Amino acid sequence: MNSILLWSLVILGVLGGIAAVVLYFVAKKFKVEENPLIDEVESALAGANCGSCGFAGCRNFAEACVKAAAEKSSLSGLNCPGSDMAKVAGILGLTATVQEPMIAVVRCNGTCQNAPRKVHYEGADICAFATTLYAGGNGCPNGCLGHGDCVKKCAFDAIHINKETGLPEVDESKCVGCGACAKACPRGVIELRYKGKNNRRVYVACNNTEKGAIAMKNCNVACIACQKCLKTCPFEAIEMRGNLAYIDYTKCKQCRKCVEVCPRGSIHEVNFPPRKPKAETPESTETNVTNESK
Amino acid sequence: MNPVKTFRLGGVHPEENKLSSGQPIRDFEIPKQVIIPLGQCLGAPSEPIVAKGDKVKVGQLIATAKGFISANVHSSVSGTVAKIDDVMDHTGYRKPAIFIDVEGDEWLEGIDTTDTLIKDITLTSEEIVERVKQHGIVGLGGATFPTYVKLMIPKDKKADYVIINAAECEPYLTCDNRLLIEKPMEFLVGVKVLMKAVNAPKGVIGIEYNKIDVARRLDEIVSGDSYFSGIEVQPLKTKYPQGGEKQLIQAVTGREVPSGKLPIETGCVVVNVASTFAVYEAVQKNKPLVYRIVTVTGKSVKNPSNFRVRIGTPANLLIEAAGGLPEDTANLINGGPMMGKSVSVMTFPTVKGTSGILMLNTRDAQPRKVGNCIRCGKCMKACPMGLEPYLLKRLSETNNFEEAEKHNIMDCIECGSCEFTCPANIPLADYVRFGKSKTGQIIRSRNQK
Repeated sequence: MNSILLWSLVILGVLGGIAAVVLYFVAKKFKVEENPLIDEVESALAGANCGSCGFAGCRNFAEACVKAAAEKSSLSGLNCPGSDMAKVAGILGLTATVQEPMIAVVRCNGTCQNAPRKVHYEGADICAFATTLYAGGNGCPNGCLGHGDCVKKCAFDAIHINKETGLPEVDESKCVGCGACAKACPRGVIELRYKGKNNRRVYVACNNTEKGAIAMKNCNVACIACQKCLKTCPFEAIEMRGNLAYIDYTKCKQCRKCVEVCPRGSIHEVNFPPRKPKAETPESTETNVTNESK
Repeated sequence: MNPVKTFRLGGVHPEENKLSSGQPIRDFEIPKQVIIPLGQCLGAPSEPIVAKGDKVKVGQLIATAKGFISANVHSSVSGTVAKIDDVMDHTGYRKPAIFIDVEGDEWLEGIDTTDTLIKDITLTSEEIVERVKQHGIVGLGGATFPTYVKLMIPKDKKADYVIINAAECEPYLTCDNRLLIEKPMEFLVGVKVLMKAVNAPKGVIGIEYNKIDVARRLDEIVSGDSYFSGIEVQPLKTKYPQGGEKQLIQAVTGREVPSGKLPIETGCVVVNVASTFAVYEAVQKNKPLVYRIVTVTGKSVKNPSNFRVRIGTPANLLIEAAGGLPEDTANLINGGPMMGKSVSVMTFPTVKGTSGILMLNTRDAQPRKVGNCIRCGKCMKACPMGLEPYLLKRLSETNNFEEAEKHNIMDCIECGSCEFTCPANIPLADYVRFGKSKTGQIIRSRNQK
């Protein structure tokens, strides 16, 4: 009995040793010559394989960066929103053009309180299916369905459904602005916007394109296309898209005048210091509410 | 009568629950306002040709077909056009519709509103197809495919059979059954009209065995009158989805429709009972499609009924007429329990495709816990098209639509047998339907290139 065990171990050990020697030489002989810069660049990337750069994965992106640096000595057109491109450029001996950081923004505030649920859904727990079956629990055909397709697609654990509101919330410290959630949302509720100076942003937290009277019935905070913000904006940053106001983030100077005039509290301001009490008008009390809810 | 036949693959047998089969069809009172949606058929929505304030009569054309697969829409009441606006359909999405305030019940001239049976078919087959097209007849089983497209036989094809789908395999629904009981002669003349339209020598009426008394009666009429020569009554096994177009063709003729092809490839034209009756009225009585029969039913409903409803009547009126919404209603369904869609808005207008309004009680509609797939293969056994629903579900879940196309996802008839039989309660049909619509988009965009 013992001898069988012993012989097996000896034979396997010898075979393993021979294989190791063979493999050592084979690996030497057939080694693929790769630019060591690729490994270095890859280690500097976020490593989530999210695909927001347009390549299949981080390795492919690193290869493309090294290739572009060697051939064109510039990284134009290559951008990874999740990592420090200046560091990547430094490895490759270039200077990177700094791009404005982006962040995902949920353009819906139809919480369970603001837009009471009238319909209960029992199908597969996926937004892309639910949107083909019904307009939404609160009746809004453009609003968030809350089944979390965006959460499933996020590679950085930066977006989560808030159980109380039923809406997704973006974790600003984790979001890199790759846009995977915006692509996953079947209704286009999530948008990529400039992160803004000191993380301050102003945006319309509504995606409803229905007429004002109808939108009003379904949701207390829906944009009703009154165009007050459009008339107030001194920078012409606001446009009407159907029955929905949209703030162009490239033009917005964050003066927050639109937030004050919005009668519905649909325009949100994020990370601004609290306003001075002298501006206490009925409109601004609404904005305070929205400030807290963010 | 012929021996009982059935289709070869799969199928399930849900509880029949034909609660309203003994209830005669009642004319539903014309409401004060009807809302007639413009998109009532599969394909492009129609284009309105009336404006606000126009006076219309019953049967007047109010919206014309736009494109090949589309159907005309007629006013179902007489009165004034109140507005053309969006209305919430059963999903809660807003669709354009024509609102008409009702004044009296005045029919357009030239429409025969009497009950007299007209047996002589004076129109030629081209004229019949044109009449069916003009009068906006669509498949009334629920798919609402324009009937005239079915009747236009391509030049290189020949129709051997007109198959009438009287299976009504969907549980709860009884509208076709009642029509066969109450208007058998009109229905049979309709079959003759269809046979003439497509020049088919044979007409077969496929009826499930649970309605064998109706089948016997039709058989008596057919065999007793030489006028109806060529028509046969074919009893079918009570099995879901016996009324699926492809299943019916296979059960009746033994022929199989090739993947991705239309039934005419096998020389068959399949028309639903209610559509046949509508064709009879359109061709023999010059009456456009202005009403349909709707079954309003449910286990807790006070008076399950079959109503003859003007198109555009809000559904909540029908529910009230059947005794109101029962307190223990958990799920309101537009159509039957297998293929119908859950309703988000109770006031949705009845359209040409509304075959039934079903109120499921709490016991039947209780949410079931969704488990994991245990690879039991029951869904494959149940699939009447021989597909692999568990695989298609996985592929559409992972957005792998190219692979799903290879596994013939486009052949799915969305009957829901897989979901019905799944022991883990996985909503397979939802997943497959989603994958099918996405794959269809990919195929269409590829064909356009």
